Amino acid sequence: MPTLLTDTGVVFGRCLRSTLRSKTSLLFGMLQPLLFLGLFGPLLTRLDLGSSGSSWQLFVPGVLVQLALLGGSYVGLGLLMERHTGVIDRMRATPVHPAALLLGRTLRDVVQLVVQSVLLVLLGVVLGLRAPVAGVLLGLALVAVLAAALSALSYGLAMQVRTTPEFAALANTAVMPLMLLSGLLLPMTLAPGWLDGASRVVPFRYTVDAVRQVFLGHYATGTVAVGAAVTVALAALCLWASTRLFRS
Amino acid sequence: MAVITVRGLTRTFTLKSGPVHAVRGLDLTVADGEILGFLGPNGAGKTTTLRMLTTLLPPSGGEAEVAGHDLLADPAGVRRRIGYVAQSGGLDPACPVREELVTQGRLHRLSPADARERAAELAADLGLTEFLDRPTGALSGGWRRRVEIALGLVNRPAVLFLDEPTTGLDPGGRAELWDLVRRVRADHGTTVFLTTHYLDEAETLSDRIVVVDAGAVAAEGTPADLKARYGGPTLQDAFLAITGRAPVAV
Repeated sequence: MPTLLTDTGVVFGRCLRSTLRSKTSLLFGMLQPLLFLGLFGPLLTRLDLGSSGSSWQLFVPGVLVQLALLGGSYVGLGLLMERHTGVIDRMRATPVHPAALLLGRTLRDVVQLVVQSVLLVLLGVVLGLRAPVAGVLLGLALVAVLAAALSALSYGLAMQVRTTPEFAALANTAVMPLMLLSGLLLPMTLAPGWLDGASRVVPFRYTVDAVRQVFLGHYATGTVAVGAAVTVALAALCLWASTRLFRS
Repeated sequence: MAVITVRGLTRTFTLKSGPVHAVRGLDLTVADGEILGFLGPNGAGKTTTLRMLTTLLPPSGGEAEVAGHDLLADPAGVRRRIGYVAQSGGLDPACPVREELVTQGRLHRLSPADARERAAELAADLGLTEFLDRPTGALSGGWRRRVEIALGLVNRPAVLFLDEPTTGLDPGGRAELWDLVRRVRADHGTTVFLTTHYLDEAETLSDRIVVVDAGAVAAEGTPADLKARYGGPTLQDAFLAITGRAPVAV
């Protein structure tokens, strides 16, 4: 275990330095959620969204999960490039723990997402978001776990496919319906019964619902417990499955 | 003494069209300190064999021992004792040379201080010191290849695997790289396992050549042996006589 931790730290450090060298990708990764927050969020302020609290307490959690979904789903593209340039094989031929190659990258993605999420929350505050600090921190923790799941899944996919177009086709096909069905933009309680039912098979829905609850200051609820359990279970499953793909 | 021993190594890929037997019962021995040229036409099983011996691909059958470690029972032990330089390189173009070297040292479990020291030592040895703080993408092909070989030497390997090391280099770059490979062996006694499709490279560098075809050893011997045995004035003639095909670029 100490070896795994040390190796994860080495891979994390390499990936983080790589991210810091490409500052534009940090900004562009946030662009779409920022636009939703700034240009779509204000449209909701006078609507009845069927919940207590302000529209910002419902919308900002959705934007945070959207950031995790959009950011996490495509991190595999970078890994695919590293596979093609031989970086991954070069590392796999060293004594590094295979799981560290996944965990170090995933940890970098989580750190990046948390930094971006904090910036989004601060912008939300400027626009009118008012939420308890404990709720925001708990919500960020849930989003971070979800980001770990999605990153691991994306890396697993990148270890399986051969080409960038193949990866992009699969990721694009999955992301859009998942985004719409998870109720990121508006709560699924507003949806007709069939759509609400369909959204229940999408695990992100439970994360979004839980983050909305904690942003409202409701912590000890079944929604939060289910959301946390589903998110943690999804992350464990994705990390376990993807780690196996880094082994020979 | 043998540093690589391979017995009956096989690898079968299962494709939609059916099984493909890339390596079929390969037997091979490489002596300590030897430079072995591993030749074969396209699809002969060179890269598959190299990927198995570097633990990147599990064999379907057979057994092998590399640098004193069993390939199947102790792949981590094999990884500790080998260096691997892929044909595609393995460099991040945005990453400075020093960082690549230090990180590679850390992946080989050197302490941060030892990894930095080893990076400086290798850079001095391979003439890379002035490039240490440059991104690898800013270097010419020949210097990038040197960095890649430096990465393969970070852990002072017993065996250095080089997969088509001079592909894409100009004649001057190829000659410099040949000198470097000879020096690595002379200075450190490192065994070099070299795949190449350049027959002049194999002849110039190798103590011994193994020609593979259809996933098995078709011939082996010193370059002079092969030429004498297969009746050709050049290694190209011998290669054609052994495989019936020219060693076209992969």
